[in-house]
Amino acid sequence: MKNKNKKSYLINGLALVLLFILLNVLIKNNVISRYYQGIMVFVFINVIVASSLNLTIGFLGQLALGHAGFMAIGAYGSALFSMYIKEMALPPTALLITSLLVGGLLTGIIGYLIGLPALRLRGDYLAIITLGFGEIIRVIINNLKITRGAHGLTGIDKLVNVTNSFWIAVVVIVILYAIINSRHGRAIMSIREDEIAAEAVGINTVKYKSMGFTISAFFAGIGGGLFAHYMAYLDPNTFNFMKSVEIVTIVVLGGMGSLTGTIIASVVLTALPEMLRGFAEYRLLVYSFVLIIMMIFRPQGILGRKEFSINGLIKHSKNIIKKTGDNAEGGEL
Amino acid sequence: MALLEVKDLKIKFGGLTAVDEFSISIEKNELVGLIGPNGAGKTTVFNMLTGVYLPTSGTITLDGQDIVGKRPYDIVSYGAARTFQNIRLFKDLTVIDNVKIAYHKQMKYNMIEGIFRLPSYWKEEKIANDYAIELLDIFDMKPYADSLAKNLPYGKQRKLEIARALATGPKILMLDEPAAGMNPQETKELMETIDLIRNKFNIAILLIEHDMSLVMGICEKITVIDYGKIICVGNPEQIKCDPNVIKAYLGE
Repeated sequence: MKNKNKKSYLINGLALVLLFILLNVLIKNNVISRYYQGIMVFVFINVIVASSLNLTIGFLGQLALGHAGFMAIGAYGSALFSMYIKEMALPPTALLITSLLVGGLLTGIIGYLIGLPALRLRGDYLAIITLGFGEIIRVIINNLKITRGAHGLTGIDKLVNVTNSFWIAVVVIVILYAIINSRHGRAIMSIREDEIAAEAVGINTVKYKSMGFTISAFFAGIGGGLFAHYMAYLDPNTFNFMKSVEIVTIVVLGGMGSLTGTIIASVVLTALPEMLRGFAEYRLLVYSFVLIIMMIFRPQGILGRKEFSINGLIKHSKNIIKKTGDNAEGGEL
Repeated sequence: MALLEVKDLKIKFGGLTAVDEFSISIEKNELVGLIGPNGAGKTTVFNMLTGVYLPTSGTITLDGQDIVGKRPYDIVSYGAARTFQNIRLFKDLTVIDNVKIAYHKQMKYNMIEGIFRLPSYWKEEKIANDYAIELLDIFDMKPYADSLAKNLPYGKQRKLEIARALATGPKILMLDEPAAGMNPQETKELMETIDLIRNKFNIAILLIEHDMSLVMGICEKITVIDYGKIICVGNPEQIKCDPNVIKAYLGE
């Protein structure tokens, strides 16, 4: 088992490096313009934020609607921190990473504190209370002096580009994948499946619920920090309820409980509105129409709970080849 | 001293006393049945023993330790595992994952070790995997290891639930109506499974059951309750002839 896993880790690592080289070549040769590079950064930010929410919705099984609030904490936290330590003249990457971590940790702590009372609730009630907390965060930021309220926060260094956002997204996905495929991840999934049964086999459900929720908030904070250091300007109203809905939409479309599904959905749902720009006002209509069609024909999301994997693909194609081979032999007889 | 010692257990829901003066003592490796008509309070007793309900008064001692007021997941680590009347599996997870989740407490690696895939992760995951396969093999379920729990036939789901409970490493296994909804063939298979558990695992079993053939067939000691109170304790022969039991089941 061990060797097989290690081999698949290697293959996936290589595939990522190849993908990265491909992106770089395309950027160098101006195939991907500045405009598209910007969209790509947003794709990577959405991948981070949506996959962190997928941990709560898809793996922990708790519907949370306040993720934009966590993103806002991470964005403001890391932006203020990086502005504060600017005089230390750290190299840009180090500055970015430390401020992202600070923003993430701050979000994780607040996520934990919110999770303690909120996670006593379930289903619709949890959705509403998280929605409420998300709005509370936004309103507080709107009224604080240090965040400059509704004026918006300016003077943030633009530290994010395609390269570092790509690798940060990769690291986040890898960590989430590693957590899900460990004893902690199994404990989290058992809560989604049946909370009472999970308790009955010795899972401390309160602990693992808040653990999942906190990790989810932490990575949402990282995503928010990236957003802040890409936009170089923050407005509290960016992180309103519609932003939370947008993230939930990505998770649902990609498949609740599938990280690779979330990646695909992030690409689709970030690129789609941009591609539809030509339709002007009609684009929102088309956007919702695409979603409705999707929900009719594939309500479980693009990948459901399955994960896309290179190994799986190879196995699948081998099976198909074998099948067609068998058929061909059958034909000869 | 007995493995499980319950004395004068009592629980009130508002003004209703659901269980009163319930005492039972179970020795190591003993198979005890708990029977009674519908609504007698059998499952309520179970829920108190496993920490789901907090008894109003009384003591529960498991292997010398007081477990009253402990959370259900804590009681598991004291050595009590249970199954449910209506099967509660982790339906959308694989059979082997169901077992591995129950093995959670025996694994010690922390989250950092898990994320960075340090040697302790590989070592413990391998142990867990081997253990789960071995356990499934005992119950003839190895071929199903990678299928989803919800796709198993009913009898196999029951078996998986029992296997999952055993994976927590219990000293006493509590089965809540394991034969509910089973046909005679499946019930027979269940009896064999219970025999198997006793032979292989050397643990005590407390069994709630409606199916008389099952209870009379395998239990050494039976406690009968009605309206929350014990009306008779004894071996199957004594139970069969006891006038109170006959009255409770058949009326005057």
